Amino acid sequence: MEDLTLLLGFAGIFAFSAPLIFAVVGETLIERAGIVNLAVNGTILLTAMAGFAVAARTGSLVLGFLVGALIGAAVAWLIAFSSITLKQSQVAIGFVLTLLTRDLAYFLGNPYMGLAGPRLPSWHFPLLKDVPFLGILFFQHDWMTYLSYLVIFLGWWWIFHTRPGLILQGIGERPAAAYARGTDVNRLRYLYSVVGGALIGLAGPIYSLSVKAGWKGTISGLDGLGWIALSITIFGGWNPLRAAFGVYLFGFLQWLGLVLQPRLPGIPSQVLQVAPFPLMILTLLLVNIGNAEWVERTLAALPDRWRHFLKRLLRALRANPPASLGVPFEPE
Amino acid sequence: MKVELRHIHKHFGPVHANNDITLSIPAGTIQGLLGENGAGKSTLMKILSGFLRADSGEILLDDRRVIIRSPADAIRHGIGMLHQDPLDFPPLRVIDNFLLGQQAKGIFLQRNQALEAFQRLAQQYDFSLDPFAYVENLTVGERQQLEILRLLWSGVRVLILDEPTTGISAAQKQKLFATLRRLAEEGRTVIFVSHKLEEVEELCHRVAVLRAGRLVGEMHPPYDTRKLVEMMFGREIQAAPRASFAASIPVLRLQQMTLEDVRLRMTAVDLDVHAGETIGLAGMEGSGQDLFLRACAGLVRPVAGRVLVGEQDLTGKAYHAYKRAGVEFLPAARLEEGLVPGLTLSEHFLLVSERQGFFLQRAYAQRLAEEQIALYNIKGRPHSPVESLSGGNQQRALLALLRQPLSLLLLEHPTRGLDVESSIYIWSLLKERCRQGTAILFISSDLEEILQYSDRVLVFFSGKVSPPLEASALSVEELGGLIGGKGWEKFGVQRES
Amino acid sequence: MKREQIGLSLGLRLLAILLALLFTVMVLLLSGAPPLEAFRQIVLGAFGSYKRFTDVLVSWVPLLLVSSGLLITFTAGLWNIGIEGQITLGAIATTWALRLLQDSTFPPALSLLLATLAGMLGGAIWALLAGALKTFGGVNEIFGGLGLNFVATALTLWLIFGPWKRPGIGSMSGTEPFPQALWLPVLPGLRLSLWALVPGLLAWGMVFLLLSNTYFGLRLKAVGKNLRAAYLLGVPTWQHMMLAFLLCGALGGLAGSFQVTAVYHRLIPAISSGYGYLGLLVAMLVNFQTLWVAPVAFFFAALNLGSIQLPIVLKLDSSLSGVIQGVLVLFVLLLDGVRRRMERG
Repeated sequence: MEDLTLLLGFAGIFAFSAPLIFAVVGETLIERAGIVNLAVNGTILLTAMAGFAVAARTGSLVLGFLVGALIGAAVAWLIAFSSITLKQSQVAIGFVLTLLTRDLAYFLGNPYMGLAGPRLPSWHFPLLKDVPFLGILFFQHDWMTYLSYLVIFLGWWWIFHTRPGLILQGIGERPAAAYARGTDVNRLRYLYSVVGGALIGLAGPIYSLSVKAGWKGTISGLDGLGWIALSITIFGGWNPLRAAFGVYLFGFLQWLGLVLQPRLPGIPSQVLQVAPFPLMILTLLLVNIGNAEWVERTLAALPDRWRHFLKRLLRALRANPPASLGVPFEPE
Repeated sequence: MKVELRHIHKHFGPVHANNDITLSIPAGTIQGLLGENGAGKSTLMKILSGFLRADSGEILLDDRRVIIRSPADAIRHGIGMLHQDPLDFPPLRVIDNFLLGQQAKGIFLQRNQALEAFQRLAQQYDFSLDPFAYVENLTVGERQQLEILRLLWSGVRVLILDEPTTGISAAQKQKLFATLRRLAEEGRTVIFVSHKLEEVEELCHRVAVLRAGRLVGEMHPPYDTRKLVEMMFGREIQAAPRASFAASIPVLRLQQMTLEDVRLRMTAVDLDVHAGETIGLAGMEGSGQDLFLRACAGLVRPVAGRVLVGEQDLTGKAYHAYKRAGVEFLPAARLEEGLVPGLTLSEHFLLVSERQGFFLQRAYAQRLAEEQIALYNIKGRPHSPVESLSGGNQQRALLALLRQPLSLLLLEHPTRGLDVESSIYIWSLLKERCRQGTAILFISSDLEEILQYSDRVLVFFSGKVSPPLEASALSVEELGGLIGGKGWEKFGVQRES
Repeated sequence: MKREQIGLSLGLRLLAILLALLFTVMVLLLSGAPPLEAFRQIVLGAFGSYKRFTDVLVSWVPLLLVSSGLLITFTAGLWNIGIEGQITLGAIATTWALRLLQDSTFPPALSLLLATLAGMLGGAIWALLAGALKTFGGVNEIFGGLGLNFVATALTLWLIFGPWKRPGIGSMSGTEPFPQALWLPVLPGLRLSLWALVPGLLAWGMVFLLLSNTYFGLRLKAVGKNLRAAYLLGVPTWQHMMLAFLLCGALGGLAGSFQVTAVYHRLIPAISSGYGYLGLLVAMLVNFQTLWVAPVAFFFAALNLGSIQLPIVLKLDSSLSGVIQGVLVLFVLLLDGVRRRMERG
C-alpha cells in the first residue's frame, strides 16, 4: 500500500512538470534562434489567469488554452519586434513585460479569485495504462501531460534532426553565415519567437485548468516558476532532452521536499519551499564556472594530471549558449 | 556566366566607396580585382553577392538585367562568395555545414544523399576533408575548401573569393589555385579579390585595379608589374628604411614556458627579448602565436616555466602586474577589445591618465587630449566618440593611449584593415618607440610586413615554435614554406603530440 | 542635440504617456471599472490632502534610494535584479541590530544609527553575494539575484514565524513592534521622517556627483560599455563591478532599514514592498540621467499611494499602479526605438 502511494506521488511529478516542460521547450526554441525572452514568469501568470477566466466564462477548455497560447505568442512577438525592428535591449523589454503581465494578471484576475471553473479531466491511455508500474507512472494523466512528452521529443527532433532545425541552430550560432546562405534570419527569429511564445503561453492554462486548477491571485504559488523555467533552459544546455531531465529533476526534488517535510520537523517549511532557488544558483554555478577566468588561471597552476581531469569535468558540465544569443543581427 | 557591372555607385556617409564602376567579365575567366585596403574591392563584391545594395547602377548576368537584394537572390542567380573569414558554423560538423548550403525545401535531412554528393565533389577536386569532423577543429584552408564544395553543390556559376590566401599555407594555396583554374575551364566565372600583386599575376586571366572607389585601369597578361603598382597606389610609396634599435638589455625572458589551450600545446619555449628590438610572430591563424603573445602579456597563464619582465619574475601574475612592469598589449579588434565605444577621446585619455584623483578635471582632460591628438596626428576632436573615428585613427588613438616609457609592447595585427599610408605612419610611430628602448612583439598575417619591420622572426606551426630567425636572412618564400610546415627539419624540433 | 531632435524626443515622451493612459483605460474598461473615477481616486489618494502628499514622500524615499543605487550598477553594465533581496536583508539586519540593542543602555539615537549602518551592511553583503556569483562564478546577475531574492523572502518568513515570532504565535503581521523610542522621529501628526528624507536626497545627490564627475564614475562607465577593453586599458574591472554591487546594495539596505525604523517599526513579510523592481523601472526610464530619478520616482510613488484607495472605493486590485508604471516604461522604450529608427532614416 505504502508502495502504491509512493508510486502515485512519483507519477504526479510527470503531471506537475507538464507546464514547465512547455515553458522550457518554448524558451529553448526562442533562445536557439538567438533571442532571450525574459518575460516567462509574467507570461505564465497572465496566461494562467486569462486561460482560467476564459474557460470559466465560456465553459470551453479549448478556448482557455487557445487564449493562453495567443497571449504567450503576443508577448514573445513584442520582444522580437522591439529587439529586431526597434533595436532595443531584449533584457529591458523582457523585464518590463514580465512585471507588466504579472500586474495585469493580478488586476484583471481579481474578479475570478477563488471561483470554481472547469478542469481538464484525466484520460487514461487505453492499453498502456495497464502496463505494470509504467502505466501508473506515465499513462494515467491528462492530455496535456501526454502532449508534454510529445513536446520534448518534437523539440529535440526538430532542432537536431531536421533541416529547418539545422538552420535554427545556424541563426543562433552565426546569423551572418546563415544569411550568406540565403536565410532570412530575422523572419525566422520572429517565427520562432511566436511559436516558442505560444508554448510558454500554454504553461499558464495547464496550471490553472489542470495542475493547480483555479486562480488564486498572489497566493496561486505560480510566481517564480517562470524564472525557474529560464534557468532550467540554461541548465538544459539548449537541448530539450537535457532540459526535460532538468524539469523532472526539479519536480522530483520538490516532491522529495513534500515527502520529507513531516519527517524532518527541525527544518521549517519555508526553507524547503525555497530550496529550489539556491539549487538553481548552484546548478548555474556548475555549468558556468568553467568559463570564469580565474578558474582557467588556477587550473594552469596545477600539475598536469589534475588539470586534465578537472578540465574535462568542467567541460562536461558546461552549457554553451548559442553564440549569438541576445545579439541583434543586421543584414548590412 | 558573363557578369557585367554598370555605373555602380555606393556611399557610406561621406565616403564614396564605389564611384561609377563599370566592369565586364566574360564567362570562363579568372578576373583579378586588385587594390589596396579601402580601395572599394570588398564593397563592389558585396554588392554583387547581395550583402550590400548599390545606390545606383545595374548588374547584368548573361546580358540580362538582374536585381540582387540579398544573398538569397545572389544564390538564386548562381553567385556565391567565399569570405576572407569563412562564413560557416564552427560548432557544427562538416557535413551539416555542407547541407546548410543547399537551398532545398522540406523538413527531413537527407544526410546520406548529402554525404554522397560531398564525397563525389571532394574527390573530384582532390580535397580530403572528414565529413564528420567539427568545423571549429579545421584550419582556415580546410574551411575554405569546405566553403568551395558547398558553393559548388549549390550550383554557383560565379565564384567570388575575397582575399582567400590570407592565413593559408603555400601548399593549400597551390591547391586552391589549381581548383580555381579548373572551375574556369568548366566555364564558371571566378573573381579573385586581392591586394597581393604576385598572386594576381600568377593566377588571373585579366586584372582590374581599383583605387579610392574608382576603377583606374584593366590589364591583360603579360602584366607590367611597375604599371600595376602605379595604378594601385597612384604614386610610388616609400616605406621607411629598415632601422634597428636592438640593444643587449633583456626586457622579457621566457624560460621553458609551456602553454596549453583546447587545441594545442606549446612546450618549453625559451626566448630573450632585448630592449629596442622588434620580433615578428608569423604563422597561419590559430598556430599558437596568439596564445604565445597573450602569455607574454600575462593574459594567459603558462602551465609550466617562467616569465621574467626585466628582473621581475611575473610567472602566473595577471596582466595588470605586467602593465605595472611596463608591458602593454594591443588587441587586433580595436573597437571590441581596445577602445570603449560610447566614450570620447578625452575620456579615454583620462581613463589611462596617471594622475587620477577623485574628481575629474575636465580642463586637464581637454588639454591632454588636444596635445595627444596633435602629437599622433589623429583626425578627431577631444569630444569625438571613438567609434566615429576611422580604423587608422582608432589605431593611432590606441598608440597615443600607451604609457611612456614602455619596456615591452605586444601587438596583434597592428595594421590590419589599414591603407598603406596609414600602415607606414603607424610603423613610424612604433619604430620611434623602439628608438626609445621599447621592445616590440607583433603578430601579422602579412609576411612582407613581418620581414620589413622585424629584427628577428618566430615562426609558429601547429604549436611548434621555431628558434628566432634573423629577418634579414629570410625570404618571403622561405617564410611561407615555414608557416605551412615545410623546412622545419633543420631546427631539429621534435613534433609534439 | 539639435532643437528639432529635442522636440521630437519630447513629443515621443508625451505620446508614450498618452498611449500608456489609453492602454490603462482599456484595461479598466475590460474589468468593467469606470476609468475616470479610477484616475480620480488615484489622484485623490496621492494628493487629496497634505497628509497624503507627505505619505507619497514616505514611499518616495526608498524608491529614490533604490533607483539611485541601481544607476550605479546600470552604469557598470549590471542588471542588479537582486535589489529586492538587498532591501530585505537591510531590513533584517536593522531588525536584528535593534533587537540586540533595545535592551541595552545605549542612547536610542546611537542604537538607531548602529541599526541603520547594520542595514546598509546587510544589503551590501547580499549584493556582494550576487556580485561574487557573477564575477567569480559566471552566473548571470539576473538569475543569481533572483534566486537570492527568493531566499531573502524565505529568510524573512522563517524569522517572523520562527526565532523572532511574537509572544505566543507568529503571524503575517510581522514581529513585535519596537518601542517608540527606537522609531525615527516623524513630523508632528504625519508619517514622514526627515531623518529618512534627508539621507535619501543626499544619496541621490552623491550618486549624481559620483557618476558624472569622478574618475570612479568614468571607470565604471568604461566597465559597463566594454568590459574587455576597460581591463586592457588598466581598469581593475572585477573590483569595480563588486564596488558597484556594494554601493547599490548599501543603498538598497538603507531603504530596507528605513522601512523598519521609519515606516513599519518591525519586520513584516513583504518588507521590500516591491520597491526594488519598481526602482529598476525608474532606472530604465531615466536612461542614465541621474537628475531625472527624483521626479520619476516621485511620480511612481504617487501612483503607488494613490492606488491604495482602489480596493476600498472601487473594489479594484491595487496592482493597477503596477500596470500603469509598467506600460509607461514599455511605451517609452518602444517609442525610443521608433525615434532611433527614424533618425537612421
